[in-house]
Amino acid sequence: MSALDQFRAETRAWLEANCPASMRTPMPEDERVWGGRNARFSNPDSKLWLARMVERGWTVPGWPKAYGGGGLSRDELQVLKEEMNRLGCRSPLFSFGISMLGPVLLKYGTEEQKQEHLPRIARGEIRWCQGYSEPGAGSDLAALATRAEDQGDHYLVNGQKIWTSYANYADWIFCLVRTDTSTKQAGISFLLFDMRSEGVETRPITLISGASVFCETFLTNVRVPKGNLVGRLNGGWEIAKELLQHERGMISDIGKSIGGIVPDVDVVAKKYLGDADGRISDPVLRDAVARHVMDDRAFGLTMRRAAQESEAGTANGGVSSMFKLFGTEQNKRKFELILKCAGTDALGWEGAPFSEEALTLCRTWLRSKGNSIEGGTSEIQLNVIAKRVLGLPD
Amino acid sequence: MNLTLNEEQTMLKNGAHEFFKERMPVKALRELRDKDVPDGFDRALWGEMAGLGWAGILIPEQFGGADFGYKGMGQVLEEAGRCLAASPLFSSAVLAAPLLLKAGTDEHKQALLPTLASGELLIALAHDESPRHAPTRIATRVEQSADGLVLNGAKTFVVDGHVADRFIVVARSSGERDARDGLTLLLVDAKAPGVSVTRMRMVDSRNAAAVRFDKVALGADALLGKIGEGHAPLAAVLDGARAVLAAEMLGNASEAFERTLAYLKLRKQFGAVIGSFQALKHRAAHMFCELELTRSAVLGALDALDSRHADSAALCSLAKAKACDTLELVSAEAVQMHGGIGMTDAEEIGFFLKRARVAQQWLGDASFHRDRYATLKGF
Repeated sequence: MSALDQFRAETRAWLEANCPASMRTPMPEDERVWGGRNARFSNPDSKLWLARMVERGWTVPGWPKAYGGGGLSRDELQVLKEEMNRLGCRSPLFSFGISMLGPVLLKYGTEEQKQEHLPRIARGEIRWCQGYSEPGAGSDLAALATRAEDQGDHYLVNGQKIWTSYANYADWIFCLVRTDTSTKQAGISFLLFDMRSEGVETRPITLISGASVFCETFLTNVRVPKGNLVGRLNGGWEIAKELLQHERGMISDIGKSIGGIVPDVDVVAKKYLGDADGRISDPVLRDAVARHVMDDRAFGLTMRRAAQESEAGTANGGVSSMFKLFGTEQNKRKFELILKCAGTDALGWEGAPFSEEALTLCRTWLRSKGNSIEGGTSEIQLNVIAKRVLGLPD
Repeated sequence: MNLTLNEEQTMLKNGAHEFFKERMPVKALRELRDKDVPDGFDRALWGEMAGLGWAGILIPEQFGGADFGYKGMGQVLEEAGRCLAASPLFSSAVLAAPLLLKAGTDEHKQALLPTLASGELLIALAHDESPRHAPTRIATRVEQSADGLVLNGAKTFVVDGHVADRFIVVARSSGERDARDGLTLLLVDAKAPGVSVTRMRMVDSRNAAAVRFDKVALGADALLGKIGEGHAPLAAVLDGARAVLAAEMLGNASEAFERTLAYLKLRKQFGAVIGSFQALKHRAAHMFCELELTRSAVLGALDALDSRHADSAALCSLAKAKACDTLELVSAEAVQMHGGIGMTDAEEIGFFLKRARVAQQWLGDASFHRDRYATLKGF
């Protein structure tokens, strides 16, 4: 048996022995574990599952063991992912610290910063939010105006952030601030600070789906120690761009993470439009459904090909923008198609006679509209592809 | 599923790229058209292609082939698609050879496959009877007579039909319209009494023919496989051909896209290169994404054929549907983005558009394959 086969066998045995049965079911969004000072667990199993995974370093299996990770190789990571999928194991921890800040700290952080933050992220002890967008700097992120003034031993931060996801629950924020007003990209720095700092105020924003996952965050004379600057002063734009790549990867995965709760398009179509033989009776919708599931498959093949090319060292750049663009647009098309097939059943807002599933469908459809806006709009992704992949000029 | 190329396939692709670029650029197709060459292709170049082993890529070594598989074949045709190269490669190597291999007797294989692999013999598949691809809609009839078989019927869009030495004809020996049972494959000499061939001049300047069979008398050795059991081998070979045609279309679309991209960086209007305009940038980026998805679908289908994947029929339909949609988009945008020059015969981009629509229809268009995919998936 090869070392990797051995690892697979051990991993499978461990997961089977340690992943509670209730953690092997599809996960509704409100049962996600986000960790942090005010962590909430949907049931004792979700707490136990997190603790067991933390102990193995498997909340961040690819990070070095020194920072609370599992120290797994790329091949071992793949095996772990496959074995978790095979058993239907839930992700034990959702965290912007893991998916966005962590990779950036590993690359740009000082040893002190890594020691301070990474193990706590790995253990789910701290919940992060992202301070990027501002009312005047959405798609044009580099136009951000929040100032950080050098006050000798600390920075004094003033400004307003918007679309800060879960800022009302977050413990810390990674934040883009302007440290030089004479230039655009080259005047931005990357700061970390505690959300309990004096002068930080958050207000939730109610969305069209009825949810309030986003906040406005007001920063008034917030004092941030100088040791909380990541990378060099005025060098934040490079970090921000890299972090956005991680974010786009995460968002294009969104379609998958809600799978299991939202039924497949062809299943809905057959339920509402199926003839006796199970054939979708409306020829126009049948063609649209076929196109959709075929595009899903082509997209799946493309992600697999990208992974294989990256292993073989023949990958071309720009795929993260392509995945973000296509993944989110495809997710929006999915919900629009489901709505067309399910008729008024998918348009209930609350209460009887609508099922939980139908109500979730409606809210998730509305939520999906944000996928192609957050993390860089589809139009921005098209610009990125045109410029960086195709070499078209400004 | 492996969606990358191994060393052998990469070498095959690079070799084909150089060959088509050097020996059969789009200019060569223009010359065949302008000189009205009766064959519609260059026999000397075809000999060179066969010499490189391409005519025998899907033929086992024991019958004189190279046995490189569908993924190998796809690489050669993708490169041919970049240059719109006219040759009997597809009809002989992608349709006829695998069909003989699947349905023919040992005698058929030993007698015919080595000469197909060497390029000396040309065989065309006479299948469709209407302007739209319909694999089982066969009215051409074969019937028993006192001294053998008699064939009657008419075929359209027989690719390379006007240069073929023989035809593999799909005929109905029994069954109702659209029935799978009762389809019979026959090997018919192009010079047999009762066979008449009319070259079809298609918009893409490539080669096809209308073929009539009028009381054509055939011996028992004309039968490929058992009478009435032609559907299974035919269906398998059509799927392989759809995947390879999708690869050719991917080559066409990739080349048309790259030429257009180069033009966007060159052409100036309003004092700026037109590639700086966001309206064009976004459409170019959109095409890039569709091309990437198409490439994955094509590689998926080719790999599935070689590895005998259980879902290869659906993957072949996916590849052909995606290639049809993407090529329709890219070929039309290519002309639009070239502006007035794109409408001229002097500029080559129009050749890509013309070939695109023919390839889209051949072996089933996007709607055909979406319908088929839905049926295969049970909805």
